[in-house]
Amino acid sequence: MEKESYTNLTLGPVLFNWAPECWRDFYFRMADEAPVDTICVGEVVCSKRAQFFAPYLTDVVERLLSAGKEVVLSTLALIMNEREIALVREIVENTDFLVEANDISAAALLKGRPHAIGPFVNIYNEDTLAYMVHNGARRVTLPVELSASSIATLTKSVPAELEVMVFGRLPLAISARCYHARCHNLSRDNCQFVCEKNPDGLDVDTLNGEPFLAINGVQTMSHTYCNLIGDLSALLDLGIGRFRLSPHSGDMARVAKAFRAVLESRMAPEEANTIITEETGSMPISNGYFHGRTGATFEGIPADQTEAR
Amino acid sequence: MAVTVCKLKTMSKKLELVCPAGTPASLRAAVDAGADVVYLGFRDVTNARNFPGLNFSRDELRAGLDYAHALDRQIYVTINTFPKAGNSGPWRKAIDDASVLGADAIILADIGLIDYAASMHPKLRRHLSVQASASNTEAIRFYQEAFGIQRVILPRVLTVAEITELNRKIAIETEVFVFGGLCVMAEGRCALSSYVTGKSPNISGVCSPASHVRYEEEEGRLVSRLGGYIINTFSEGEKAGYPTLCKGRFVANGQAHYLFEEPTSLNAIHILPELMAAGVTALKIEGRQRGRAYISQVVAAFRYAVDAAADELTVSREDLIAVTEGQRKTSGAYEKTWR
Repeated sequence: MEKESYTNLTLGPVLFNWAPECWRDFYFRMADEAPVDTICVGEVVCSKRAQFFAPYLTDVVERLLSAGKEVVLSTLALIMNEREIALVREIVENTDFLVEANDISAAALLKGRPHAIGPFVNIYNEDTLAYMVHNGARRVTLPVELSASSIATLTKSVPAELEVMVFGRLPLAISARCYHARCHNLSRDNCQFVCEKNPDGLDVDTLNGEPFLAINGVQTMSHTYCNLIGDLSALLDLGIGRFRLSPHSGDMARVAKAFRAVLESRMAPEEANTIITEETGSMPISNGYFHGRTGATFEGIPADQTEAR
Repeated sequence: MAVTVCKLKTMSKKLELVCPAGTPASLRAAVDAGADVVYLGFRDVTNARNFPGLNFSRDELRAGLDYAHALDRQIYVTINTFPKAGNSGPWRKAIDDASVLGADAIILADIGLIDYAASMHPKLRRHLSVQASASNTEAIRFYQEAFGIQRVILPRVLTVAEITELNRKIAIETEVFVFGGLCVMAEGRCALSSYVTGKSPNISGVCSPASHVRYEEEEGRLVSRLGGYIINTFSEGEKAGYPTLCKGRFVANGQAHYLFEEPTSLNAIHILPELMAAGVTALKIEGRQRGRAYISQVVAAFRYAVDAAADELTVSREDLIAVTEGQRKTSGAYEKTWR
């Protein structure tokens, strides 16, 4: 499967509210053990959380750099007031690292300077992509909704580094309202940070008990884990050279090794998937968006984990 | 009434009333009931209310423009989905046609399209759709400076205090939703519908589409499903709502409830003076899928309330009965406690 050009594995930002020490130790372990090239650090989901891991940020970044990782600073996806803008501005103005914009406001602050754009900015077509590249975007992680045919058009359109999310619960929506707080009968202002109870999100089932979605504070995610391990070859053929793993509480070093092995043709996707399944606790997987279908569905190996519908 | 938006800003601080129309009859009803502006979309995937049997042909737009302009009202054309990669033709054509036919403004969300409109039709007013999710000063300034956007329709995530602060810091007009269906997620940033149906507002212009809805009797209860997933169940005699995904009942943390939002809709008619004081220019009523009678009632009630607010008159609850009866209403994100 290995193509001529080098393929890059990225570890996306931790989207969940992990205890600060766990957060730090996770990145320490990734620095030492995960065969990934790029690691994103920073709060994306809720501005109230950033304070917790801030004391460890310097240590984490140093550890990642000394392990030879490229560090990208991710920023908030939904920015609603001056306090939140100030959080983004502080990151943008005080770093030489590549900053990842997850809202247009961050891309505006980064105008004229090389930056990355995360999957929360709506880049659905080549015209918008070209504009954002003109604005200074060097790297773009595409929205999760995009199908293979859209991806194919985008890779051919402009010379930007395009990245696709290939592992983890899909970030599907973001809101001003905190659902984690709401289902604990709390308000967002007085949330008691109940989102820390669920390191992979809080399961949401339908009324007949069917697993459906997951709540991560103000973010709503898929119940299924996006898993494109069987589609890496197709993605490479489409011209994608960057692959994003979204952190979960399973051993992400092992997940990364499985993806790396498949990208380097040292392991069959089926075998790699067995490893991934162990690390996710056999959660159902999906790749429907990539195949131009319903996002929750799975197409390809292995049949026993498909969402039957 | 017979003033342009530009004059409106300087001459009077009366709020502009922007009303929906999904059919020519609704357009006339909205104008007759006192809409300053009617907004509508073409009958295709280029707008975020791409429902069967709804929206306007080019000829219908032409007739609608004649009707509205004769009475000094305006028409805004909504072109607010995101073009599929490699296929921007229909969206560009929509912009070209809106311009040629003489629309008063176009409402856009996609950056590539806004760029196209700004370079090809620089004289046509450009408004930023709620689907663009510009919820802060820097984002709004970006669209203004890069593309000459003249008005932003604010996402339904902001409190009145946040809107006030925004208006102090930005140089363009703001338009806010005051009535109708309420998205609880940041608009333009929600893929819940496509996760279970393959169709999303951003790509297909629909949310929780009827084509993927099923109602069934199961053990004496009416069950509503979307894309196969149960969205709600109703006991006999209970009013069965449409299974919009984010208005469903789900189980989380051991309790079954309306996790995202109750089956309620937005009504901010009682806070128009606050919205005026917040520096808002225009009020938007949601509901291009609604019938003519509904449009007439709601628009008339808001016409009355907008005029009363401009004259600093108090509005009694009875005067607004048409829009306060029936379904449950909320003032949504305008109140901080909503969060």
